[in-house]
Amino acid sequence: MLSVKHLLDTTSLTADDITQILDTARSFAEINARKGIKKVPALRGRTIVNLFLEPSTRTRSSFELAEKRLSADTLNMGGSTSSVVKGESLSDTIRTIDAMNVDMFVVRARLAGTPQKVTENTDAIVINAGDGKHQHPTQAMLDLFTIREHFGHLDGLKVAIVGDLAHSRVCGSLAPALRTMGAEVTLVGPPTFLVDDPSYYQCPQTSDFDSVIGDMDVVYMLRVQLERMEGAAIPSKREYNHLYGLDVRREAMMKKGAIICHPGPMNRGMEINTEVADCARSKILDQVTAGVATRMAEMYLLLGGENDGISR
Amino acid sequence: MAYLVKGAHVVDPQVDVDDVLDVLIEGTKIAQVGKDLDAREATVIDGTGKYLVPGLVDMHVHFRDPGFEYKETITTGARAATHGGFTDVATMPNTSPVTDSGSEIRYQIDQAHAANLCHVRPMGALTAEQKGEALAEIGDMVIEGASAFSDDGHGVQSAGMMRTCMEYVSQFDRVVCAHCEVESLTTNGVVNEGRASTRLGMFGWPALGEELEILRDIELARITGCDFHVCHISTQRGLDYVRRAKSEGLNVTCEVTPHHLFLCEDDITDSYDTNLKMNPPLRTAEDAAAMREGILDGSIDCVVTDHAPHAAHEKDCEWEIAYFGCVGLETSLPLMLTNLVLPGKMSWQRLVEVMAVNPRRILRLAPVRVEAGSAADLTLIDPVQRIVVTPEYLQSKSKNSAFLNQTLTGCATDVFVDGRRTLADCEVVCA
Repeated sequence: MLSVKHLLDTTSLTADDITQILDTARSFAEINARKGIKKVPALRGRTIVNLFLEPSTRTRSSFELAEKRLSADTLNMGGSTSSVVKGESLSDTIRTIDAMNVDMFVVRARLAGTPQKVTENTDAIVINAGDGKHQHPTQAMLDLFTIREHFGHLDGLKVAIVGDLAHSRVCGSLAPALRTMGAEVTLVGPPTFLVDDPSYYQCPQTSDFDSVIGDMDVVYMLRVQLERMEGAAIPSKREYNHLYGLDVRREAMMKKGAIICHPGPMNRGMEINTEVADCARSKILDQVTAGVATRMAEMYLLLGGENDGISR
Repeated sequence: MAYLVKGAHVVDPQVDVDDVLDVLIEGTKIAQVGKDLDAREATVIDGTGKYLVPGLVDMHVHFRDPGFEYKETITTGARAATHGGFTDVATMPNTSPVTDSGSEIRYQIDQAHAANLCHVRPMGALTAEQKGEALAEIGDMVIEGASAFSDDGHGVQSAGMMRTCMEYVSQFDRVVCAHCEVESLTTNGVVNEGRASTRLGMFGWPALGEELEILRDIELARITGCDFHVCHISTQRGLDYVRRAKSEGLNVTCEVTPHHLFLCEDDITDSYDTNLKMNPPLRTAEDAAAMREGILDGSIDCVVTDHAPHAAHEKDCEWEIAYFGCVGLETSLPLMLTNLVLPGKMSWQRLVEVMAVNPRRILRLAPVRVEAGSAADLTLIDPVQRIVVTPEYLQSKSKNSAFLNQTLTGCATDVFVDGRRTLADCEVVCA
């Protein structure tokens, strides 16, 4: 039983909440790894709306698979097909869908706070699938699952989150969640990508990647939104790769047993080079696998399970 | 019509009055101030336990008329002003069309006469269409009754254009009021840069944008000799620049809003309450404390609301696309009383200075004094009465208050404008 009704951010989650999600995901991971039928009846008869107001491929596919494997009924709504593009307000969109009696909204949006706004217009449970530069809690859970599977624990681990921190909802969710679980986080990026107030995350922030990489158990590379950054916050892809990219030279500086993560999609040759992305340390595809299991766990804990979806 | 306000505590630092007195209003003027006045034909209003002060002035409001009448009109805005205890308001020119000509100034004054509640003192735009490119017809607007000039909503981004504006205005005995913001620093900002932008995951709006432009405009005021007023100051360092300019003898003044005095970025929670989305944004708790210090020590000259009505659907949306601003006319006095005057941090004299005396001086309006012969523009305040800020309480057409559901202590019960009782026992008296 989670302490929250919705999954909107990681800052509201307790260590116990996170442990429950990761433990539950473990059993779903086993189901997903079956050779035979990868499906359980846990959410049979439940209706889940995937409201994706900004483009997404992997998160959306991951949620949809997770829902199907839990036997839920799903409805997909996208930004280009929804009434939002016709000028309808978010509140009206949500109230309209709500009137059809759905059980859960999975919301991806360009604007921070959108999932919160959804909760104000429906009694259904809401999962944040990424809101602007704010939070992406389901990404953080799959990251923690991947890291815990490798090390067997999270407390005491040293994790560097590297790249475009200022515009990263991944960092916004992952850094607090890691701290809640007792890991040490270091933020790394060029000064123009650093967060406005690192004291909020209570972790050090540096622009000297080489000085910290050798000490890290996990090197987590963030995607650079090149389309909106080049020329503004960094001069070029080439220079970024040289100063902050994870290449063979830097990979060689990592300690034994340390792993590499990336939320995808990767800009190969920018924040990460091909030889490194596909090396033995790379857990990037394990993260994708973990995404389905952890999302199944989150939906199961919030909507199904013993308490019939009433978490609080 | 004559009124005798009996036994109210009269406070007016201009004539050094701070005493329980009777005030007789006859026609449009104050006829007599003294003890135990004879009512004669006058309607007697019991002022026992209340405070009678020169009529309150809010020199920074947006009445959206013409152009956005669905948010507010001059009539509904005047009603809200009256309900809040004001006798005068200065309206900002970001209407549609922009108030950048004499005829637009005249329109507002005529509408206000028709509403017959408070005095409306329109400000004219500094530049044509508030584009920051060419001078507006400032002289023509002075003739029609413009009280001051501002491109509020935006700073004039070009330093050269701002210099021209100040040079030109300096011939008219009017003040240039500036919304100080270097926009290249604040481009996409929607919340104060720092803890709030990090926590909420939105583009930050640095204090530096305001600070730099205050500094620039102070230097332009120095070189042009123009009187200069900083709109809705929100940053500690910006205020320090104003302090320094004052100490150097420059005619530089500034104003602050109740929301920058009594709210800060920490009040914006994960609920993303869009009524707290302001321009300039709510700053840090330290900034708000510095604003409170400034309004007490005289560095800040007046309290204004930046009354910014928006329709419900313009606020019922995601934070990043919500409109900026909140309504304020009906909560300004109660907030000042509740937070500063009644706890004993601010004297009644100082309240009168920042809400009545100083804004009149900055707007070049004739002083209103509680003495015989003065215009009967007066506000009677009950310091005990409690109000709850509900949408129903607000008479403004829009309900986007940043203080909704708060209970406040103290409010205006009666207002006189040119001797006409526009607010009677907390009810607006429509003509």
